[in-house]
Amino acid sequence: MTKTYTFYPGCSSEKKASAANLDISVQSMCHILDIRLNEIKDWNCCSASIGYAEGGELPRLALSARNLGLAQKQSHRKDVVATCAACWLALRETNDRLNEDAEIKAEMDEVLQAAHLTYDGSLRPRHLVEVLIEDIGWDTLKEKVKKPLTGLKIAGYVGCQTNRPFGVCGDSFENPTYLDKMIEICGATPVAFDKKVACCGGALAFSELEKVCGLIKDILQSAKDSGADLIVTPCPVCQLNVEVYQDKVNQMFGTRFKIPVVYYSQLFVAAWGGSWKQAALHQQIVPANVLKRFVR
Amino acid sequence: MAYDLSFAKDVYENAEEGHWIKMCMQCGVCAGSCPLGPHWEFSPRQLFQMIRAGKAEEVLKSESMWMCVSCYHCMVRCPRGLPITHIVHGLARFAVEKKRADKDQVTRRFAKILWENMERGGRIGEMALTTKLYMVNGIPDGVKKGMEMKDQAMSMLKSGRLKMDPLHLSRIRGHAGFKAMLKKAREIEQKKRES
Ligand code: SF4
Ligand code: SF4
Repeated sequence: MTKTYTFYPGCSSEKKASAANLDISVQSMCHILDIRLNEIKDWNCCSASIGYAEGGELPRLALSARNLGLAQKQSHRKDVVATCAACWLALRETNDRLNEDAEIKAEMDEVLQAAHLTYDGSLRPRHLVEVLIEDIGWDTLKEKVKKPLTGLKIAGYVGCQTNRPFGVCGDSFENPTYLDKMIEICGATPVAFDKKVACCGGALAFSELEKVCGLIKDILQSAKDSGADLIVTPCPVCQLNVEVYQDKVNQMFGTRFKIPVVYYSQLFVAAWGGSWKQAALHQQIVPANVLKRFVR
Repeated sequence: MAYDLSFAKDVYENAEEGHWIKMCMQCGVCAGSCPLGPHWEFSPRQLFQMIRAGKAEEVLKSESMWMCVSCYHCMVRCPRGLPITHIVHGLARFAVEKKRADKDQVTRRFAKILWENMERGGRIGEMALTTKLYMVNGIPDGVKKGMEMKDQAMSMLKSGRLKMDPLHLSRIRGHAGFKAMLKKAREIEQKKRES
């Protein structure tokens, strides 16, 4: 039976935006799992983890409150699913603040009124990864595997905001295991990767690229040292930073990294017998050629 | 030495999540958690201590808060449960409000450009955002930066992950309401600050 969720894609998953490969592979993955994602109509940006400086508290929280208000108006469903770590975090943080802080809630009622919306705080922002684990279940995820990625060594890079502060399904903050389990289910081998929960620099890649390249270098070095053929991540910021700045890192540090960085959704689509295009693997910057022998 | 408590009180009452700072027990776990640690002039722990000691100028003018990468390491580790990430963000914002934050601080400048890009149409236009960022120090410098980053930009374009949309003119349908909402939120914050 089709499972339907309200969906908040966020700016990076728009058509031809930086995480277009996430969106396309997520859509393919959900198609295979018979999940329907109903996009919130007319959603706005959540301002990610940098909105605080210019937006301040109430305007920043209002961004996600509007999205939640729209979701509530457009559907009776309680779950709002996000695929971007920062989007999910912003929705959850806002939702928590509205439920815990009566003053903010009262102010937000007034703020939302200006957009002819209301929001009562009762929706449940969820990450798509939680939906896969809790609603679909490991067994089903495993049953779908048609092309096990046997012999591939993969570094599961969880990063920050898919993991902290909320965590996924009660998994550990310091050593979460769900991503390694996903890699295993796909038939590949998760390597011991000591930068599993390290930070890629996030939005500061836009302002402090040199400092951030130091962080990215350490992540790539750790993946290389662990013998990984590729890196897999659930986060669009991690994916972008660690993939697109590899040349910069190589320039800065005299290294020669060329490690593909793909999304968990791309990995699943590949292992479930999807095509190169359905997995959006044609949209990689560092080509994920190691997957070629498994994917049509 | 007598501590000037007025700054601490101001932070507790007016900076986002600032009241939590009272709860800090100075263990230093947060200080060891920041990925850009060496670039922090004062660690979160030190900032909180300085606030309690009334060092207003040193705190507000510090670049430290702008080194936060929002990794949330500190927040899940703090034995006192302080929402440190949000406190640090709150202090950065507080420094902006108090007109002490350097306008040319690169992350502050980026945050402003991003917010304007987002507010103009309701969503981010990535090409307009990066172009504006390059040009922030004038066109010659912008062209130089653009050249330095051209490989990255070209690879994004080629892989279909950067839309040719330098002007970013599209608007969400409810944009008027969206703008009115943000205006209202700013008014409420302004009123609170004045009272
Ligand atoms: S971890 Fe918490 S209690 Fe310890 S110094 Fe940092 S803020 Fe204070
Ligand atoms: S969230 Fe910010 S303050 Fe906390 S550890 Fe990360 S960089 Fe440091």
